[in-house]
Amino acid sequence: MIIDINFIGLIIASIMASSVPLILASCGELITERSGVLNLGVEGMMIIGAISGFALMTVTGSLIIAVFGAMLAGVLISTIFAFLTQTLITNHVATGLALTIFGIGISAMIGKNFVGIPGKEFPVLFEGLKDTIPLLGPILFGHSIVFYFAFALPFITSYFLKKTKIGLIVRAVGDSPESASNQGINVRLVRYACILYGGSMSGLAGAYLSMIYTPQWIENMTGGRGWIALALVVFSTWNPIKILIGAMIFGGLTIIQFHMQAVGVRIPVQFLTALPYIVTIIVLVVISRDSRKIRLSTPSSLGKSFHKDN
Amino acid sequence: MHKFFIRSFVSSLVLLFTFTVAAIAKDVKAAFVYIGPTGDHGWTYQHDVGRKAVEAAGFKTTYVEGVPESADAERVLRQLANSGHDVIFTTSFGYMNPTNKVAKEFPNVKFEHATGYKREHPNVSTYAARFYEGRTILGTIAGTMTKSNVIGYVASFPIPEVIRGINSFTLAAQKVNPNIKTKIVWAFTWYDPGKEAEAAKALIDQGADVIAQHTDSTAIVQMAEKAGVYAFGQASDMDKFAPKAVLTSVENNWGPYYVDRVKAVANGTWNQKDTWHGIGDGMVVISDLDSQMPADLRSKVKKLQADLASGKVHSFTGPIYDQKGNLMVAEGKTADDGMLAGMMTYVKGVEGDIPK
Repeated sequence: MIIDINFIGLIIASIMASSVPLILASCGELITERSGVLNLGVEGMMIIGAISGFALMTVTGSLIIAVFGAMLAGVLISTIFAFLTQTLITNHVATGLALTIFGIGISAMIGKNFVGIPGKEFPVLFEGLKDTIPLLGPILFGHSIVFYFAFALPFITSYFLKKTKIGLIVRAVGDSPESASNQGINVRLVRYACILYGGSMSGLAGAYLSMIYTPQWIENMTGGRGWIALALVVFSTWNPIKILIGAMIFGGLTIIQFHMQAVGVRIPVQFLTALPYIVTIIVLVVISRDSRKIRLSTPSSLGKSFHKDN
Repeated sequence: MHKFFIRSFVSSLVLLFTFTVAAIAKDVKAAFVYIGPTGDHGWTYQHDVGRKAVEAAGFKTTYVEGVPESADAERVLRQLANSGHDVIFTTSFGYMNPTNKVAKEFPNVKFEHATGYKREHPNVSTYAARFYEGRTILGTIAGTMTKSNVIGYVASFPIPEVIRGINSFTLAAQKVNPNIKTKIVWAFTWYDPGKEAEAAKALIDQGADVIAQHTDSTAIVQMAEKAGVYAFGQASDMDKFAPKAVLTSVENNWGPYYVDRVKAVANGTWNQKDTWHGIGDGMVVISDLDSQMPADLRSKVKKLQADLASGKVHSFTGPIYDQKGNLMVAEGKTADDGMLAGMMTYVKGVEGDIPK
């Protein structure tokens, strides 16, 4: 096989495209978790986003309505989670799991009428510039707006948490809701906002799958990506830049193992299929060894309910 | 007074309708057990299309979707048998043992198991489709239409059904074009649109200009459409998902068989049998041939289709060699059903090893 430079560019571009939903959902969940809330419902919110985006696109014909509708759907379903865990003080883990089951079920129900309908083409930007630069051309150009947003998001998230006042408040709430509350911060409000934001990002991730990546609706089409996004947040030790790295490694190995199969590399296929999971975990564990930093970025009240006495 | 007339007219219509329906319905209830959701637009979806045909023929049907191939299946089957169903279709290979076990407990209920081979009790029949005949047609088209001589094939799991398809496809493609290479990528999933699309993309990047699939979603044909290469639809006609890429599709058409068998139950003529129907009996349907194919190829395919249907041509006609060069089927002979059912070796010309 001749490896030419554009071929590598094409592979990198497809790796990036496949990691978009993971980055979006992980960065959303990261904010939620940084405020001290563990929402295991990412998979459910994603699938709701996927069906909502696809259904709105089919019914209204407008891609803009569909994309924002999917985000809104993510917000709505995460409101249920927020209401249960913040207002009714239910257990985060159980509620999150229930949210996933609920999301998969209700998406299948709404989706019944949308099976077997082809999606619409989603416009890509800078298509014409693709062939102007070797290697970088296919990587930088010819992608959807959601793609560019996803790759900016980890940096925005990092900046938001480190450099802005609201970011500081979110972290304070996640680390010590009692102290934050004593400082006059409305813990419940902050957590509500963070949960809804996480929902909107999961919704967008789902819409990317059903409208851009593989434009169609079939049941369970998220195929466990929500769980991988959740794992990425933990293994990246709540660091958005490491989420980006982890998502790229995961997407990259999934695609490279297909290439290895196609070239005829004699490695057991089952091992190749398991490779993305194994290597992503190893790499993230290795790059996040510094226990002091882990302690600093781990939201210490994660998953614990906060109940203000008065 | 006026209202009274309208009301009585409407109610008599309703009554009349009810009686007619009751008269048509032969009081036979059929149940279907599905492995996946009916919304998969693939395997289960096509079985459900078949179920709807039974319903349209005037019978009552029920279905249970997403039933795991475990002890759960037995529980579901018992429940269905207990609740007055006369015939139960179990539509996945893994239901083989549960079906036979429950069939023993309910001798008056008929059981129909798809793609299996165990018929341990007189009330169990098996049925399957010769999809490999469809793949012979796809291979012929792929071998003719490829310019790069590299054909990509996205496979699901290494089971005889899939290996048989790869072999049948490759043999047909080699026959029209001895220079082709079939590159196989195992996705280890029946449907995961994202993963299937990635597998197809890898094959396209590696130079494949025709993509075949043995997974269920439409993601592969859509990827082919985007990349400007050819592809084939799986299980249902996928042309509308990728009008330029899809040359034809192999459709699973269970309806006629289901209607037949339920009618047989109603008439009391149901008997145990093993059905393996192909193009000839209409269980495997070839969708419309795309006009991008040259006219002579289209007529060749039509003829091949007719010959496969009549039995004049068999997908596995000797001489066929395996990858090591051992003779599998002698010249002039055709592979028997036993060999086809247990096929777990690649024929010569397929690259790579079967994952173990």
